[in-house]
Amino acid sequence: MRMKFREAVRDATLLALERDPSVFLIGVGIIDPRAVWGTLSGALEKYGPARVVEGPLSENALTGMCVGAATMGMRPLLVHHRVDFLLLTMDQLINHAAKWAPMFGRRQTVPMVVRGVVGRGWGNGPQHTQSHHALFSHVPHMKCVVPTTPKDAKGLLLAALQDDEPVIYIEHRWFHEDEGEVPQEFYVTPLGQAAVIRSGRDVTLVGVGPMVAESMKAAQSLEQEGISAEVIDVRTLRPLDSATIIKSVAKTGRLVVADSDWRPCGIASEVVARVAEEILDSLKARPVRVTWPDSAVPSSQVIEAVFYPGAKDIHAAAVAACDKTRATGSVESTVKPFEGPF
Amino acid sequence: MSQTLTRDVKRRLYHGMLLVRRTEERIQANYHLREMRSPPHLYMGHEAAAAGVCATLHRDDVVFPYYRSHGWYLAKGGDLDAMMAELFGRATGCSRGWGGSMHLIDVAAGVYGTSAIVGGTVSHAAGVALTFRIRGRDSVAVVSFGDGATEEGVFHETMNFAGLRKLPMVFVCENNLYATNTHIRDRQAQTEIWRHAERFGIPGRRLDGNDVVAVWRAATEAVGRARRGEGPSLLELETYRYFEHCGINEDLDLGYRTGDELKAWRARDPLVSRRRLVSDAEAKEMETEIAARVDRAFEHARSAPWPTADFQEAAR
Repeated sequence: MRMKFREAVRDATLLALERDPSVFLIGVGIIDPRAVWGTLSGALEKYGPARVVEGPLSENALTGMCVGAATMGMRPLLVHHRVDFLLLTMDQLINHAAKWAPMFGRRQTVPMVVRGVVGRGWGNGPQHTQSHHALFSHVPHMKCVVPTTPKDAKGLLLAALQDDEPVIYIEHRWFHEDEGEVPQEFYVTPLGQAAVIRSGRDVTLVGVGPMVAESMKAAQSLEQEGISAEVIDVRTLRPLDSATIIKSVAKTGRLVVADSDWRPCGIASEVVARVAEEILDSLKARPVRVTWPDSAVPSSQVIEAVFYPGAKDIHAAAVAACDKTRATGSVESTVKPFEGPF
Repeated sequence: MSQTLTRDVKRRLYHGMLLVRRTEERIQANYHLREMRSPPHLYMGHEAAAAGVCATLHRDDVVFPYYRSHGWYLAKGGDLDAMMAELFGRATGCSRGWGGSMHLIDVAAGVYGTSAIVGGTVSHAAGVALTFRIRGRDSVAVVSFGDGATEEGVFHETMNFAGLRKLPMVFVCENNLYATNTHIRDRQAQTEIWRHAERFGIPGRRLDGNDVVAVWRAATEAVGRARRGEGPSLLELETYRYFEHCGINEDLDLGYRTGDELKAWRARDPLVSRRRLVSDAEAKEMETEIAARVDRAFEHARSAPWPTADFQEAAR
């Protein structure tokens, strides 16, 4: 059925609560009438305060409580209105959640999911727009996913809630109103599987988060220039599906990775490194990373608009990789309207 | 739970302390052999805390010790062979050689993991207590930590949530005056840790943490309260560590504490001061039994296989 991205998140959440009594929700402001952009609407009414646990503004302790509950076999879903707030919880995420299973010889597991929302748009500025998916993907014994479609929003959340490792679920508010076809029943989008969402011959465009849609736009404009682009939605950043990416680049010989994050030590770098290690000889051109500028995200609409790279940049990178002259054709603007206030 | 100090309770209290003391003395005596390559944070001097509290708990109650973990692990009934094998880094270790001295676990005995991050498990205990609540179990979660942990934000965050939700848990602070080698008066604006509880509507008490009977009485009340659904408590147990923060030696040469201070606390030794909990014959019998168990644990650890690991699985 047709569903918005945020409705798909809610659908998965309610389904998980229904199917598995060990699943519970916890977070700051989750019983707010707005219910985290509607993604948790109805959960409190149906499952009550025992399984929809409102927390004080104590993100680190709430994360630690999830670790404790998870060692008992519970499957907490911890919800943050912003990814930026996860930085208050890094001790519990990295020193504890990710260490618990290995540190104790796997006597216990820590199945927990942490949802963080990226607040790009409407001048949210430096501390409400960070994605940080590379930070979480750096650490062993945890997973990180970034869904970009309503179908994967549901499938990846349900998969995460079944997994025995901590999973960080990075959710772009940018997608909340996007509509797509979503199966009504229970299903999972397997963790660790990228999706080839457009096939092509000349260049592989790998996208993360909002850069997937930008890659698709670029692929369309590249078509007009006679360049056939294959587009991959990474979906899971850890474990990263190298095989799908490498198979594609082995075919096209060209790689542009577009990431909604900073460049140094980022996922784009990781993708390029893996391709270089595995199939350097198959490359017909130098790989290109299209990433955020090396700067905090600004607030003013004028500089915010130029901060984010988009289809134009991906298009240009692909053309350069294909040794064509720079395109003159127009590419649709990357910034879609987003009406605040937060 | 009955408040009566029965012969059985007395035996349990003394035995709990003695097992920790004799095990750690053996660790200390053998450490120079370099077989145990894991940083030991010896519990000696604190024994009344773990023994007193654990004597009030059921096997399926859960404790979260901290990196000074040997005492709570043993007092709660953790497997001694698995602990020693862990210190020796062997595959049969309680954490299969991945944790070492600071990370002991025995899920069956209700010894959940320990953290080397100060204050790390305070919130875990609240998560376990929340789970008991969700599942309708009348079990209790206990977390122990040092005075330094009460300077961490997560301590206050967790106390607030536990007080708000009246979680079935007990906060046990073992105040030994020092965070590593820095005295509490150089770290805390007010040093009465038990008073933090007031702010969160939680009963708080400070007591002689070297008196195992006093600890047992206070813990009986706090655990009973938690089990009846009346909410958490904070116990501040005043105690003292005999040896260096980490390692097997005395550290008076560092000058952060005086020989007189150590001597004064040694005079209040939890085992010596409560030696009369059991008869001479009982004490002797316990000594023999514990010595044999410790012998066996060391033998087992020495002959146990080394762990192997496939790191490829993780490298993805």
